[in-house]
Amino acid sequence: MTDTTTPITFTPERLAKAQEIIARYPAGKQKSALLPLLHLAQEQYGWVSSDVMDYVAGLLSILPIEVYEVASFYTMFHLDPVGKHVIEYCRTGPCCLMGGEDVYGHLKQKLGIDTGETTPDGKFTLKEVECLAACGWGPVFQIREKYYMNLTNSKVDEIIEELSKD
Amino acid sequence: MAVKILTEHINVPGINTFDVYRKMGGYTAVEKALKKMTPEEVVEEVKKSGVRGRGGAGFPMGMKWSFLAKPEGVPRYLVCNADESEPGTFKDHFLMREIPHLLIEGMIVSSFALGANKSFIYVRGELMYVIHILEKAIAEAKAAGFLGKNILGSGYDLELVVQPGGGAYICGEETALLESLEGKRGNPRNKPPFPAVKGLYQSPTVVNNVESIANTPWIVNNGGDAYASLGIGRSTGTKLISASGHINKPGVYEIPLGITVEDFIYADEWCGGIRPGHHLKAVIAGGSSVPILPAHLILNLANGDKRLMTYESLSDGGFATGTMLGSGGFIAMDETACVVRNTWTFARFYHHESCGQCSPCREGTGWMDKVLERIEHGKGNMHDIDLLVDVAKKIEGNTICPLGDAAAWPVASAIRHFRDEFEWHVKHPQEATQPGAVYRGAMELV
Repeated sequence: MTDTTTPITFTPERLAKAQEIIARYPAGKQKSALLPLLHLAQEQYGWVSSDVMDYVAGLLSILPIEVYEVASFYTMFHLDPVGKHVIEYCRTGPCCLMGGEDVYGHLKQKLGIDTGETTPDGKFTLKEVECLAACGWGPVFQIREKYYMNLTNSKVDEIIEELSKD
Repeated sequence: MAVKILTEHINVPGINTFDVYRKMGGYTAVEKALKKMTPEEVVEEVKKSGVRGRGGAGFPMGMKWSFLAKPEGVPRYLVCNADESEPGTFKDHFLMREIPHLLIEGMIVSSFALGANKSFIYVRGELMYVIHILEKAIAEAKAAGFLGKNILGSGYDLELVVQPGGGAYICGEETALLESLEGKRGNPRNKPPFPAVKGLYQSPTVVNNVESIANTPWIVNNGGDAYASLGIGRSTGTKLISASGHINKPGVYEIPLGITVEDFIYADEWCGGIRPGHHLKAVIAGGSSVPILPAHLILNLANGDKRLMTYESLSDGGFATGTMLGSGGFIAMDETACVVRNTWTFARFYHHESCGQCSPCREGTGWMDKVLERIEHGKGNMHDIDLLVDVAKKIEGNTICPLGDAAAWPVASAIRHFRDEFEWHVKHPQEATQPGAVYRGAMELV
């Protein structure tokens, strides 16, 4: 959750990283840094609130609306608070052929939530996504940057139990 | 063993590092191009190779390069399309993960050929871990003097930037990708002007797929004629095929263009056959957008000859009896696969991924999704089947970008070849909605 009592600002490391990213593009084309900066912001805050978007707009000297319209277009950005671990499972054809729907059913049962929901302890949020470009290794889900592939019910159990510890 | 252009060294331990890649002959194409060739000569070799765009469209790469406008004093850009998102396709993901320096080397020789001093690799944002792999490879190449200012003392400068996407299939369309790279929503642009004239930042730009660019070091080293001597006819070289579904060995295979589809499915060298105790029902040969074919038509042409893994043979017979090589996303289905359900998941995908700019696609993909959902869930009627065909027809050709066609073809082809299965869902809703229920009526399995 975003702490709304303290002003939004990148950590010093992320601010340095943001400046380095902005410098990659030709002069005056700093808006190109928008997607990388939104990723950076989401990495820090877990989701992208309107305050965070305003902050990113400020860093890039663009209008807030230019950030809102982009953040809402791309599905990777969470515009609402999410749990600690966001599980994004692939619902597209090839993963379904490999038994994905059964595995995801098991996953929902295990967490006691449906897609789009967060567990009451705030640990897990479940999201359906489209093809993750790992069709030969399906069923697949992703948690942050990590791909979990060739999923089975027992693998799902192990992953959830491991992540529940922290 | 067939010639491997991209994956010969892919199993060498440490091939993802600069040192091992270099030891295996890596970056020799950069040396050759920058020290012994002019940019025009590199373009000429790529033209001679006949290599066609590996992202799906199959447009000759050398020709695309030759369209690049070269006004004085205006920067030119090369942008690598690594937004791999076409369901069934995961070859670029595999290639960048396993042998990242191959793409970096290809980016250097291709950027040199096009006169670009700043080039971009636009990677789908979900593959952030691959982005880190590429950034590490770039840092290594730069430390070794293959990137940056005055590369190998040639006077040529190049910076590579890896750009993450944000989760949007449409950004694989080249003009949408450029919009995204400029920090905007991924709405495709009207063409003309083409990117070759007005692309990134309104400057002349070439957008090429990962696999296309990864072919260029071999072409520079061995010559365009050597590349063109591989394959059959206008399908030159090799192709990475992403194989998924009900086969024994899913994975990414580099095939010589021209082997038979039968060989690709059944030979131990490739997919190793359909999983034990099951039979081939259907194949989607080139990613979710291309027409699905029943087993007998994917294995053989309408005249009975064996179908080959080439651009021409896969499209033989047009959409009546053929399909397309597309991106090489090869999805095999056995008799347990429900064509209606699979078609619905794809329709849902296109509905989700439509950017919403053109009404036929924005509305049509939603209608197809809803109508297929109700047929799959036993609530359809016979009129719905023709309604789907009608909607598909009205999307096709009526949109700015090819996403509309890509959404229409899977639905139209599924009904063309598997109409009985759709009718069975409508006529036997109770039976069809049982868990795991699949149509078992008359059909040709192999």
